Amino acid sequence: MALQGNYLGMSLSIDDLDKENITYFKHCAEHDFHLQKCDDCGLLRYPPTTGCPWCASPRATWTAVEGKGEVHSYEEVHHAIQPAFKSHTPYMVLLVDLDSQKGQPSEHEALRVVGNLTTADGALAPPDMVRQVGIGTRVRMVFSDVGDGLSLPQWTIDTGAKQHPKPWRYPQE
Amino acid sequence: MPLPTDTDVSTPKYLRDKYAIVGIGETTYTRGSDKTTRALGTWALRNAAADAGIKTSDIDGMLSYSNNDSTSATFMAGDIGARLNFYMDCVGGGSSTEALIGIAIGVMEAGMCNCVALFRAMNGFSQVRIGGTGARSATPVSGDMLHSRAYGWQSAGQMFSPTFMRHMYEYGTTPEQVAMVKVVHSEHASNNPKAYYKKRYTVDDVLSSRIICKPLHLLDCCVETDNATAIIITRTDRARDMRHTPALIRGIAGRCSKPRMDMHYQAGPITRVGGYYAKDILWPNAGVGPEDIDATGAYDAFTFTSMLQLEDYGFCKKGEGGEYVSSGITRLGGRRPNNTSGGHLCEGYTHGMNMVIENVRQLRHDADDSCPLGPDGKRQHTYDYREGGCRQVKDIEVTANLGWANPMTGSAMVMRRG
Repeated sequence: MALQGNYLGMSLSIDDLDKENITYFKHCAEHDFHLQKCDDCGLLRYPPTTGCPWCASPRATWTAVEGKGEVHSYEEVHHAIQPAFKSHTPYMVLLVDLDSQKGQPSEHEALRVVGNLTTADGALAPPDMVRQVGIGTRVRMVFSDVGDGLSLPQWTIDTGAKQHPKPWRYPQE
Repeated sequence: MPLPTDTDVSTPKYLRDKYAIVGIGETTYTRGSDKTTRALGTWALRNAAADAGIKTSDIDGMLSYSNNDSTSATFMAGDIGARLNFYMDCVGGGSSTEALIGIAIGVMEAGMCNCVALFRAMNGFSQVRIGGTGARSATPVSGDMLHSRAYGWQSAGQMFSPTFMRHMYEYGTTPEQVAMVKVVHSEHASNNPKAYYKKRYTVDDVLSSRIICKPLHLLDCCVETDNATAIIITRTDRARDMRHTPALIRGIAGRCSKPRMDMHYQAGPITRVGGYYAKDILWPNAGVGPEDIDATGAYDAFTFTSMLQLEDYGFCKKGEGGEYVSSGITRLGGRRPNNTSGGHLCEGYTHGMNMVIENVRQLRHDADDSCPLGPDGKRQHTYDYREGGCRQVKDIEVTANLGWANPMTGSAMVMRRG
């Protein structure tokens, strides 16, 4: 069945034909992150696809993956484009290397999962939290619930992890 | 400059220089054209035919690209009185120009038509904003877009910034170095009477302009304008009868991509751009290398995009792009000027076609600056590049255009003076 949600006033939807995305977001709604694992070559992939990007196999099994990792890159949006985000600037978009499968299948590859920097309960982070995060920050996955059977994976600072003393940030604050 | 002929190439050597750009046409670069994209497109096409010295009815092939923000060949052909033997309207933005020139060569080589016009017509400021503002930004988010737009990750600047930021982290590239791209292009634009922004900017101007999406300041981002551009391509043997010195097409790479080009940065390193792969098609096809190029047109949707492409096509070592773009090499009067029209950062925005047009003018030795006209109707270039002066590159023979769609995909073309 199609999924529908509303997030910050934005209408979100997934068509019922789109089985890969429906399954992905249903797991997210249970706050239980899953990715497709290829039945043939065994590699996980993100985001959902209809075939394995490495071996082209269409066969895959949804597999639980730990939502922990390190910020690979980021941006800080000060001028929002979408009306939904205008009252939340500056907000951060994080590209996070998951610990699972980092450096596979080749040195510069990783499961890089996008998300906003949020509080532990999945609300967009306030400015003082934004200023703490940079490349190298350890983060853990949390979820923003946006509809019945629909949640968005997000990232928050992993306070339980050993953090770099000074994550790399753009030189101009 | 001698051009090697014995390089091992993937394009049959007989295609080198066999086709040429013979006509170029533009509308004004403006905000608020007060015209439909259909009217803008026919304006540019008429100018291109006049520039080539042919009748618009001599055009028998047509290609265009847009992102559901323009008109199609279906309307253009009738409006310029042409009956077409081939046409195709493609989806796409940056990187389409060079790729479609490659398609034009292919269809002429296949005997499908003789003279192809390419156009891009857009009200990029007054109708459909390229940055995604206005109506585009408020459209519902569905399907695969939940992995991007739901995070406020939508506009080009927002989508590309992870690559830009990581480059600074890995290579120590500084905001001051990158700002020099805007500084240099603004100097060039100040010598281009048709540029939308003709003001010269300093590094301080760039760094003190407001942050749009860190690492991008307002002045790191290109201008949005209303305009149309057109290019006419035909066989070089036919080009000899036309009005201008032809710009011979030496080699092309079209929409060449990294693995997994769905904008989720799964294939790394993420500081690597499509040009890393395109260079291995471009240079062997053209039979030249970066050292042979007299001027570049490295797509500047953002200051960073010029730099990243110059790096990955081999104009400098990987990671040394910041040094390259701030060294003076890319300035008029430098070893290899980049975007002598002012590019997208200053002249105006038509998804790369205006940068190809600029290099065609440069190769004709007829840049439309403020230098005085001689008795033959051609400008008498002074090569004095001070503000308001000349922008012709002296004795230029070979150019490279490096087109950008996004960090994953790029196109490129080498041209030489006929």
